[in-house]
Amino acid sequence: MTGTAEPSGAELAIASSALTKRFRGGQLAVDHIDLAVPKGSVYGFLGPNGSGKTTTIRMLLGLAYPTSGSAELLGVPMPSGATSVLSRVGSLVEGPAFYPYLSGWENLARYDAADRTASRQTVRERLGAALERVGLTAAAKKKYRHYSLGMKQRLAIAAGLLRPRELIILDEPTNGLDPQGTREVRALVRQIAADGITVFVSSHLLAEVEQVCSHVGVMRAGKLVFQGSLAELRRTAAARVVVHTADVAAAAEVFAKLGLAGPVPGEDVIAAELGDAEPERICAELVHAGVGVRGLSVESPSLEDLFVGLTGEGFDV
Amino acid sequence: MARTAIVSGARLLGRGATPRLPGPGESPGELVGGTEPAAYVRADLRFLRNELRLVFFRRRNQLLLGVVALFPLLIGIGLKAAAPHPQGGGNGTGASAFFNQLAGNGVFLTFTALTLLLILVLPVAVAVISGDSVAGEAGYGTLRYLLAVPAGRTRLLIVKYLTIVAFAVAATFAVSVVALLTGVALFPVGPVTLLSGTTVSLAAGLVRVLLVTLYVCAAMAAVGAIGLAVSTFTEHAIGAIATVMILIVASEVVDQIPQFATIAPYLPTHWWDMFDSLLRVPADTTTLWHALVSFGVYAGLFWLIAWARFTSGDVTS
Repeated sequence: MTGTAEPSGAELAIASSALTKRFRGGQLAVDHIDLAVPKGSVYGFLGPNGSGKTTTIRMLLGLAYPTSGSAELLGVPMPSGATSVLSRVGSLVEGPAFYPYLSGWENLARYDAADRTASRQTVRERLGAALERVGLTAAAKKKYRHYSLGMKQRLAIAAGLLRPRELIILDEPTNGLDPQGTREVRALVRQIAADGITVFVSSHLLAEVEQVCSHVGVMRAGKLVFQGSLAELRRTAAARVVVHTADVAAAAEVFAKLGLAGPVPGEDVIAAELGDAEPERICAELVHAGVGVRGLSVESPSLEDLFVGLTGEGFDV
Repeated sequence: MARTAIVSGARLLGRGATPRLPGPGESPGELVGGTEPAAYVRADLRFLRNELRLVFFRRRNQLLLGVVALFPLLIGIGLKAAAPHPQGGGNGTGASAFFNQLAGNGVFLTFTALTLLLILVLPVAVAVISGDSVAGEAGYGTLRYLLAVPAGRTRLLIVKYLTIVAFAVAATFAVSVVALLTGVALFPVGPVTLLSGTTVSLAAGLVRVLLVTLYVCAAMAAVGAIGLAVSTFTEHAIGAIATVMILIVASEVVDQIPQFATIAPYLPTHWWDMFDSLLRVPADTTTLWHALVSFGVYAGLFWLIAWARFTSGDVTS
């Protein structure tokens, strides 16, 4: 039972170092990102559409070649180690893709046949088990073109589960699904994670990730702007002081004097980052300056607010 | 005693480990498939079988084969109706020579049919399959999943090309066999008078039919490589198919223009219908070798182009 010494960095299922992709047009899609996905974690890869998530996943899977930087899957460098490591990785990239004229079963058999290390002897059990797991046993003989969107998505996940895996990469697995389908996928992700498989799931919806993930990475315009556990993300949440008053302008002056960052004046309300300031002192200063304070509160932002804060309100590029 | 036991144990371990060096981080207990070379060959054959099934069981391709096989029947019926005179003779070359011989011997319908169908019908059939081979997968999006399986880029390209060749051989033999049966049914059959005037037995004549068919197979295998190469440049199968057709027609047109006679031997289509060299005694081996070298160079060159393109580019579908 010796000789199983883990190579360096083996505690990470996915590791990248300054991974960069510049498209031929010159656009920097992924900008020096250093991913660190611990083994056994459920890692939510968050970011708005177009922030470089799929391009990153394509590079991790060896579909696209990085312009510079490097990436490792399960300790094996990509893309050079693609043929040796990818059979231990299940993936769903940019939506399901199958042959419309084949049945669900035949489609899975097709992908399984392409796997050099998959055994033909066990194909029946493995395909059956994968379909069972995603609840498609009854639809196995049905042509893929007659599948509903949710079924297609589930078949793609089944393709990722055709054999025991150590890592599952799911790119937007709930895209286009109804709430029912979203719940099913979420339950599947939990099941997979419960088996000790590392799950890397990308999404533009924080709510989806929040419920299943232990770790998150947040992308914005090609950069990884946050990475860590969900608890760490919450800790970065800067508490904000919110003051309700009729005299917003005067309150803003007090805020400025106190050096509160990021004041956001509104109608009869003004908010700013609390920082190290004490709420009591802010209140006293406001009263001292003659600002009629109707209410003062300290709010910690929700994850949603954090996410938006990290990724920007919208199309600001 | 104990010593030998340890040695044999080590030998057993060694036997399990030698055939393939596991990559860093690779789990030693992969039980899904074998890792010995023999298991790899079996797996490769399984992939090839699956690809063959995918192509040959697809309704569209079956229809295509059926239509191609229908042509010699129509040609036979047409010739029977138009040329009832039993005596032709003549020593010309090309299709006209075969037409003259045909009335005297049904075996010549194979040569007539192959000559006529080589102009467009057979190349179209091969262009459809080869143009669709990679571009079709890219269009469906299945290409990214095949590569994530991992099928291996070079391995996938080899399997694709072997399948294209199999289809080209099937289409060519379909023409030959149907033509032969039609010829036997509609025209007198007996000892075959070759283009050089020599008469050989029917059996020897049938061997010539086989050789000519194989010759055409080689020509079509070269077309298949061109199609495969074009197919790696796009994700629109129709575009790839049309491009191959345009290349072929352009080559045929240039081949007809006397001013381009110097470059004619280097055109991909130039040697296609030169199989009449096989129907002479002695066979015109110089022409034959030139033709086979031409097919071989085109097949090899375009396969390499396909490989260079496919293994270096990002898969963006």
